[in-house]
Amino acid sequence: MVNTVVEDDIDVLVCGAGLGGTGAAWEARFWGQDKKIIIAEKANIDRSGAVAQGLYAINCYMGTRFGENNPEDHVRYARIDLMGMVREDLLFDMARHVDSAVHQFEEWGLPLMRNPKTGTYLREGRWQIMIHGESYKPIVAEAAKKSADKVYNRICVTHLLMDDAKPNRVAGAVGFNVRTGDYHVFKSKTVIVGAGGASNIFKPRSVGEGSGRVWYAPWSSGSAYGLMIGAGAKMTQMENRIVLARFKDGYGPVGAYFLHLKTYTQNGIGEEYESKWWPSLQEIVGKEYLDPELSHKTHKPIPTCLRNHAFINEVNAGRGPIHMVTMEAFQDPHLEEIGWHNFLGMTVGQAVLWAATDVNPKYENPELTTSEPYVMGSHATGCGAWCSGPEDLSPPEYFWGYNRMTTVEGLFGAGDAVGGTPHAFSSGSFTEGRLAAKAACRYIDDGKGEGIRVSDEQIERRRAEIYKPLEHYKLYRNEITAGSVNPNYINPRQGLDRLQKLMDEYCGGVTVNYMTNEKLLNIGLKKLRSLEEDLDKIGAEDLHELLRAWELKHRHLTSEAVMHHTLFRKETRWPGYYYRGDAMKLDDTNWHVLTVSRRDPKSGEYTMEKAPCYHLVGENE
Amino acid sequence: MPTFVYMTRCDGCGHCVDICPSDIMHIDKVTRRAYNIEPNMCWECYSCVKACPQHAIDVRGYADFAPLGHSVRVHRDEEKGVIAWRIKFRNGEKDMDLLAPITTKPWGKHIPQLRDVPSPSQEMRDSELLYNEPKYIRFDEGGLHTLKSNKLKMKAGVSY
Repeated sequence: MVNTVVEDDIDVLVCGAGLGGTGAAWEARFWGQDKKIIIAEKANIDRSGAVAQGLYAINCYMGTRFGENNPEDHVRYARIDLMGMVREDLLFDMARHVDSAVHQFEEWGLPLMRNPKTGTYLREGRWQIMIHGESYKPIVAEAAKKSADKVYNRICVTHLLMDDAKPNRVAGAVGFNVRTGDYHVFKSKTVIVGAGGASNIFKPRSVGEGSGRVWYAPWSSGSAYGLMIGAGAKMTQMENRIVLARFKDGYGPVGAYFLHLKTYTQNGIGEEYESKWWPSLQEIVGKEYLDPELSHKTHKPIPTCLRNHAFINEVNAGRGPIHMVTMEAFQDPHLEEIGWHNFLGMTVGQAVLWAATDVNPKYENPELTTSEPYVMGSHATGCGAWCSGPEDLSPPEYFWGYNRMTTVEGLFGAGDAVGGTPHAFSSGSFTEGRLAAKAACRYIDDGKGEGIRVSDEQIERRRAEIYKPLEHYKLYRNEITAGSVNPNYINPRQGLDRLQKLMDEYCGGVTVNYMTNEKLLNIGLKKLRSLEEDLDKIGAEDLHELLRAWELKHRHLTSEAVMHHTLFRKETRWPGYYYRGDAMKLDDTNWHVLTVSRRDPKSGEYTMEKAPCYHLVGENE
Repeated sequence: MPTFVYMTRCDGCGHCVDICPSDIMHIDKVTRRAYNIEPNMCWECYSCVKACPQHAIDVRGYADFAPLGHSVRVHRDEEKGVIAWRIKFRNGEKDMDLLAPITTKPWGKHIPQLRDVPSPSQEMRDSELLYNEPKYIRFDEGGLHTLKSNKLKMKAGVSY
């Protein structure tokens, strides 16, 4: 029998403390000075989340102080990059606040680079500023620790608790301690989900030992979605997975290379290749979304997915590999040093790989590749929960009382958890956490969290569910002599392999060149259902495997949503991210809308709907 | 790339176990030293390498694409606020030392305790402002950007 640890009377529970969660915990203390704020984190908040390794740039900073950009400029940029499909109220809100987060980071000790001539922050591109961010996460973790009453590290939160007195209201969360095995019950008036997006749901290009070398952190287990979908929260834009063009095998970042070092790409025979794909691509998406002449004249960015499309097609035409031309920039010793620092600050593995393969970018142009797809909501894509916007910005369809509150009362999101807000990155995620925290405190002050009741039945039911993989393993292990092949259970790794294979083949992964269609998606859904049945029989040998089992269950819930959303949106909105072979055109007549889903927690049935897409325009337009 | 631990240097202190974001650094019950239990869930994030007081943890590039014979070592010094790297190529032709700051302030000293700052007024609570705003956003006396201040509206339908 495991110990049960109950933390009662919590006002704000932060589940997952990466950049979003730390921002939430930090800010919650200001608006709720007498409130009880608790963090539950799967790892150790000093090095958890996607920024655990560090960052070499802050990719979302307006520079309002210096008159550089207005929030609406950033909204337009994100809209263009995502082919129109964004929540512009949430984006504007994030952008108008994000600078204050960045200025605080600097005050706390984060080394931001300055432009020695102007005194402004050193720009890498229009939105990016350069930092020495090896300790970005430990620094923001200090802030969160200062604000929180208690930080529970190594708690894998598996489910949200629901109010038994009032339907569709959150009541806390449950999980287990990865070290001690204790059962943890957090009873709380509000929950802010700051958990991560999903790596490793599509089969990675790497094999064997290298399969941890994914672009997004391997510990980003889709828990943001697993938790919220499981609680019946509506999700949006889950079809909008992202594929990254990155340095081959190491997935080292290319942003600083393109923007700061002014490196560029070419095909295997040394030619510029992108422009030759524009005419045929224009037939798919229309001139409104791809106008190379206009882009050239006005510096209007070409959407990332469309550049991926050119990359993928050039390789398929037999003119690979695509190279990053570094040999010019790296002749400058200062730029060469920046090129290496950029990796050491955020993707050390790329430096390791070049050292191992003797790739010196000064004398050799390194290869690029397009990655497997990722499902997340803070980088250049917007998967996540359907959340209310702020009162002063949001149209009626986007507003239900509290900023960043999901469709479940008292349940808020930040970072990857919030849908429709791409290009938030680290600083924007932290900002979203702050916004959610203020709103959560207000929700409590308005008396919305009163009278919550959590039945013993619910707590016991979840306990039995959480530890079942351990029990199941014990029950059937001795039926076989040794090894991992058992007719009664699969282990978490076997389940993950199956998930990745089916997502890859049926939902548009790398081995099928990101292609899918209605037939494939329906087969995929069927396979996901049988996987779900098998996940009920997953076996875990120890607590570490129990952690992996629950991560897999969250990944599975995420994948199911991705499959349903991809099936629902009958068009090819983002060529280069994925293709619907049976609807190979962008269709603004029917699909200039946001997709919204809900999974019924009892039946597991999905309902899909379209939500209007609002855009920011000038007052007189 | 996946980590490994040198037998003669590790003293089993467990700092790596405590910090690993992926929960893959564990203590071996027989040797009482740390090791990587799941290399294919390692992101080569170097959190454990940096945290090891004995410099006992190192990284060997993933076997599926990285040939042997390279080295990327690191020493992170919180007191001095710097991190030092050394990259050695397999062919021995490149050997780089790189140094970067990790913080500009003594650790944690410049983060205010928000429980003790003046509590927000009702007016501020009713506004869209966050802590320290708007002064932390801009130098002038202006307020937060709104649709009105920026002469914008939200319009449903297709816009590019």
